[in-house]
Amino acid sequence: MAKYLLKRLGFILLSLFFIVTITFFIMKAAPGGPFASERKLTPAIEQQLNEIYGLDDPLYKQYIDYVISTAQLDFGPSFKYVGQSVNGIIKRSFPYSFILGMEAILLSLSIGVLLGVIAALKHNKFSDYAAMVIAVLGISVPSFIMATILQYIFAIKLQALPVAKFDSFAHTLLPAIALATTPLAFIARLMRSSMLDVLNADYIKTAKSKGLSKRVVTYKHAVRNAIMPVVSYMGPLVVGILTGSFIIEKIFAIPGLGNEFVESVTNRDYTVIMGTTVFFGALLLVSILIVDIIYSLIDPRIKITGKGE
Amino acid sequence: MPQPQLNDSDFEPIQYSEYDAEKIVGRSTSFWKDAWRRFRKNKLALIGVVIIILLGIMSFIGSPISGHNYSDNDLINSNQSPSAEHWFGTDNLGRDIFSRTWYGAKISLFIGLMAAFIDLIIGVIWGATAGFFGGKIDEYMMRIADILTAVPYLLVVILLMVIMPKGLWTLIIAMTITGWINMARIVRGQVMQLKSEEYVIASRSLGAKKTRLMFRHLVPNTLGPILVTLTLTIPTAIFTEAFLSYLGLGVPAPLASWGTMSSDALSFLKYEPYQLFFPAFFICLTMLAFNVIGDGMSDALDPKER
Repeated sequence: MAKYLLKRLGFILLSLFFIVTITFFIMKAAPGGPFASERKLTPAIEQQLNEIYGLDDPLYKQYIDYVISTAQLDFGPSFKYVGQSVNGIIKRSFPYSFILGMEAILLSLSIGVLLGVIAALKHNKFSDYAAMVIAVLGISVPSFIMATILQYIFAIKLQALPVAKFDSFAHTLLPAIALATTPLAFIARLMRSSMLDVLNADYIKTAKSKGLSKRVVTYKHAVRNAIMPVVSYMGPLVVGILTGSFIIEKIFAIPGLGNEFVESVTNRDYTVIMGTTVFFGALLLVSILIVDIIYSLIDPRIKITGKGE
Repeated sequence: MPQPQLNDSDFEPIQYSEYDAEKIVGRSTSFWKDAWRRFRKNKLALIGVVIIILLGIMSFIGSPISGHNYSDNDLINSNQSPSAEHWFGTDNLGRDIFSRTWYGAKISLFIGLMAAFIDLIIGVIWGATAGFFGGKIDEYMMRIADILTAVPYLLVVILLMVIMPKGLWTLIIAMTITGWINMARIVRGQVMQLKSEEYVIASRSLGAKKTRLMFRHLVPNTLGPILVTLTLTIPTAIFTEAFLSYLGLGVPAPLASWGTMSSDALSFLKYEPYQLFFPAFFICLTMLAFNVIGDGMSDALDPKER
């Protein structure tokens, strides 16, 4: 276990190093410097700005400096907003994204699993078709269209929920639903097919023939086993929620990290782009590691150490 | 009760030889015919195919039959609701939405098909090579793929859109730069499974070259999963294009895509919801059609999976 964890951590560090390197050089290759979009600066001021931010150092030195400061978890100052550090921006905006993401994950997991189980139990009956129609529609309607539809119906027409901002629980509802739609549909389909597999397994027949009640068979024997593919989908789920937040946070004007990232891309605020990218990368790699560990804990058939050998 | 008439000839032995037992009476069904038969039974998937064909036709004739150019401004007639003159209405610059919708269809379908095609080429070559040679080569090739996927797909695409000039091909390149990995993984898995099959060993012992083994025997036998992945790549690409255009990182004006049209319509949502309705509806319809076709194909090509 310890050896496996070390190996995984090593891989995470390697991937992060790769992400840092790639984003650094992509940003350096970008046309137009960080001050290009500002009002025309006098050469003297531009010279001085470049000096302050170390932009006139040779490329390799800038790169080494960046890697070292990133390793110390310091992403440097924002070019666009004078006086703000990238760390400060992440610290300020991440809580919003975290709450939104958690809500969306909980929503998609609970409703998705429920729909999948119902569909499988009522295989080829009306509920099955209804659940699968919802699932196919959920996959086909992009999150940003879902968000706009929800906004239009619930906020503009019915005026039942707030249109935008992120101040109270009511504010979180529409964005969380919009963000959860696609993963919810995926989970429902995944759960349905895995549940159908499990319901045909011999141990379910055994459980039934022992005279156990339908409820016990369903919840204790079937669902517990069928949920495994959903657990392994957690990694892609986190990715989907995270990238989905870019657009959802923009639509609902939520001051979260996804919005900050998109903003920094349009502003060409290089340090913020690099910082958030590395942060996203680290977040993902760590959550995927956690998912894998959980997976091995709840499924004793999987030996975590036996993977590499 | 009438007795059936039996003559002597009925009791003679019929012509029979050992050979006849081996004779194939019915017409033999190939794997593809069988798959087609199963696919055809899936009404939903067939409807999906019809929808895609119609969308494809409309993307070519839709703009001309509307009588309006997709990029012509007519500021006097801006923000018009659907009417006999403008079938889907006009947008805030007075551009005909009907014409723009079908022009957008062409762009969205082109991006989807092109991205899927490039993914296919790179993914199949990469995956088949890794799976076929195995060992160290496989390890390194797949490790590279692992690291590339450590960064989320959309993040990479957005980062690339920052540095490259805006345009259609930029979008396609950005999407395919990590998009092929999924295909490569699937082909690799299939090839690894297939390479120890008897027909491969037979071909190898007959002295077939490696490239022949790979592209004559292995890749054609992985066509099923490849096709399924391909149909599911297309909606992803269309979605990504719409997503980026919605964020303002997609195809540049005056090119119309469903994503840019939805994004433009957003500011007028409260008063002119029809402007959003048409592009949004067709994005959903296209994605739905491709998803349904993909499902139908995976059912038809891999009947065990059902």
